[in-house]
Amino acid sequence: MSLAAVAARRAMRARAEIATTLSAGRTALTVLRSSPPLTLRQTGPVTVHLVSTAAGPLGGDELELDLRVAPGTTLEVGSIASTLVLPGEGPSSMTVTAHVGAGASLRFAPEPTVLADGCDHRMAVRLSLDGDARVWWREEVVMGRYGEAGGRCVTRFDATAGGRPLLRQELELGTGPCSPAVLGGARCVGSVLTTRPCDTAVADGAVADGAVADGAVADGVVVMPLAGPGTLVQALAADAVELRERLDWGLAQVPPS
Amino acid sequence: MTPGLLLLTDSRLPAGSHAHSGGMEQAVKEGLVHDLASLESFLAGRLRTAGAVAAGFASQACAGHDPVELDAELDARTASPAQREAARTQGRLLLRVARRIWPSPALEELAGRLPSPHHPIALGVTAAVVGATPREAGAAAAYHAVTGPATAAVRLLGLDPVAVHRVLATLDLPSPDGLPAASAPLLDLLAERHRRSPVRLFVS
Amino acid sequence: MGAVHDDVHHAPDGRGRALRLGIGGPVGSGKTALTAALCRALGGSLRLGVVTNDIYTTEDADFLRRAGVLDPERILAVETGCCPHTAIRDDIAANVDAVETLEERFGPLDLVIVESGGDNLTATFSRGLVDRQIFVLDVSGGDKVPRKGGPGVTSADLLVVNKTDLAPMVGADLGVMDRDAAAVRQGKPVLFTSVRTEGAAEVAAWVTEQVHEWSHEHEHGHDHGHGHDHGHPVHA
Repeated sequence: MSLAAVAARRAMRARAEIATTLSAGRTALTVLRSSPPLTLRQTGPVTVHLVSTAAGPLGGDELELDLRVAPGTTLEVGSIASTLVLPGEGPSSMTVTAHVGAGASLRFAPEPTVLADGCDHRMAVRLSLDGDARVWWREEVVMGRYGEAGGRCVTRFDATAGGRPLLRQELELGTGPCSPAVLGGARCVGSVLTTRPCDTAVADGAVADGAVADGAVADGVVVMPLAGPGTLVQALAADAVELRERLDWGLAQVPPS
Repeated sequence: MTPGLLLLTDSRLPAGSHAHSGGMEQAVKEGLVHDLASLESFLAGRLRTAGAVAAGFASQACAGHDPVELDAELDARTASPAQREAARTQGRLLLRVARRIWPSPALEELAGRLPSPHHPIALGVTAAVVGATPREAGAAAAYHAVTGPATAAVRLLGLDPVAVHRVLATLDLPSPDGLPAASAPLLDLLAERHRRSPVRLFVS
Repeated sequence: MGAVHDDVHHAPDGRGRALRLGIGGPVGSGKTALTAALCRALGGSLRLGVVTNDIYTTEDADFLRRAGVLDPERILAVETGCCPHTAIRDDIAANVDAVETLEERFGPLDLVIVESGGDNLTATFSRGLVDRQIFVLDVSGGDKVPRKGGPGVTSADLLVVNKTDLAPMVGADLGVMDRDAAAVRQGKPVLFTSVRTEGAAEVAAWVTEQVHEWSHEHEHGHDHGHGHDHGHPVHA
């Protein structure tokens, strides 16, 4: 898509949704509703990919994705490419709401969100887990394209499990001077929330150096058992490749349940 | 201003805070903080993240919000187990001294429900007991989030203590509104690395 | 938890809990060696716990654990934030917490030793933290140290002058030290030892006496309506 086309397009409001139901003991994708620029493609029995059919999000865009994973079903969501957030008329936003029923499993693993210079973006996740729901949720943010410092972004993550707060985090990017307490000089920040416990890591004897019974830490990555049922892997890095490597290292410390 | 608030914010209050550096010891060890400028940047970042969260929660606890609910919400905002442990240790020690200094039903009730509350909750409830306002409780919590690390930097780096206090005096306190969730990925990393360090002068 | 007494974390009111013994003194005077020797000598007759305050935190605790004198779980390390004297005198919260953790986990105990980090001659323990305190000097610091006094030397319940085997080599006159110490300590005891070569039998005997005295003071006729029983010391 040409820059002229980007500039020509107007701010959009979109709300896409995916829902599963349990049908004869198997997962059925019963709702798959695209809403440009959020276009959804089913790529496997329980897998859906986001395909961008327009540039952006652009300033002014308000995008929502709604995921409902019925009890006992499985859903995997990915994206074909990174999301490039561009400036435009006012702030843009992307809100993902997900409800995962008892015994259900959701894997949300989109490619990184790249904040282009001048953007003003808000990313929000509202995730609610019932009973023994399982989740694997990745979020990666890259400050700027090559050679750019990047725009502004506030990310907000709210997860509850069984009605109790599990993880609440807000991170401001590009809004103030960098601090050696917050991001240091890192250009990329990412995390994976998983409901897998990490306290079995050492008992299994299958973990790398740096791991201890209650989490693990290495250069730019930390594996933290939450107070509630789950583990957060959090990483900082100079670029998106290093960020993914660090998150993968962290995840290797958390054995599959 | 109630005199109790002055005692509560005095770094000489014998509640164990002198041995907590809030990530500063590890930041110094890793070279992230090495002079006044990097100290100021560290403290400013700590204040607008951990400090803002502590201020909001201390303020709400002072205003009478259910401490057990606040405590669970703080757990969800503290991904790092090392930071949860440091916050609960400091909360337990503060609650212990507060109960002896200002015996009161509110503090007994808190100890009965949460023997080791997150520090901002112990601070907020105690602030209410001594007659401080929620806004003052929030300010006290925000200051606590940076004075300990600042003092640790004086001890660890031999910085001029007056210059460090000038830095403290110029920091903007966050306003204690709502229940913020500002996170600081580097503080998490520092706390977890510190906990695994064989040589430590500070608890956190 | 009830709200019966002043401090439900049982502040040092002395009722039914272990004797808390502080061991302080300058860097390198032999506090950790003395603590290890006491554990070795008393471990069979008393129920023990140890809190260490080394400035390099786990160093002393590791030494004690390696020495095999005590179940490693009964040794807790407290970090003092570069200020060992603050942790034993001005802000004792973390140390009291550690002592009580030991008592809760392994209690009833007869004796909890709190070993301070190496400090200077003015460092003494708060009476809010310990019931008795030993100050350890060594002869290599020079035989003038007792004369100089300072709160540690003058006020400790027991002054231990350690490393007497080195006295000839460093030219320290034990007679001078004994005389000067007696002058500033107004009759309180002084013991000369070489913990490394001889162990600490005399110091252990003094400590045992203190534990018995403590248990008699607080076991009989001092019930104060105290609701729960922390147990009674085993008599050697």
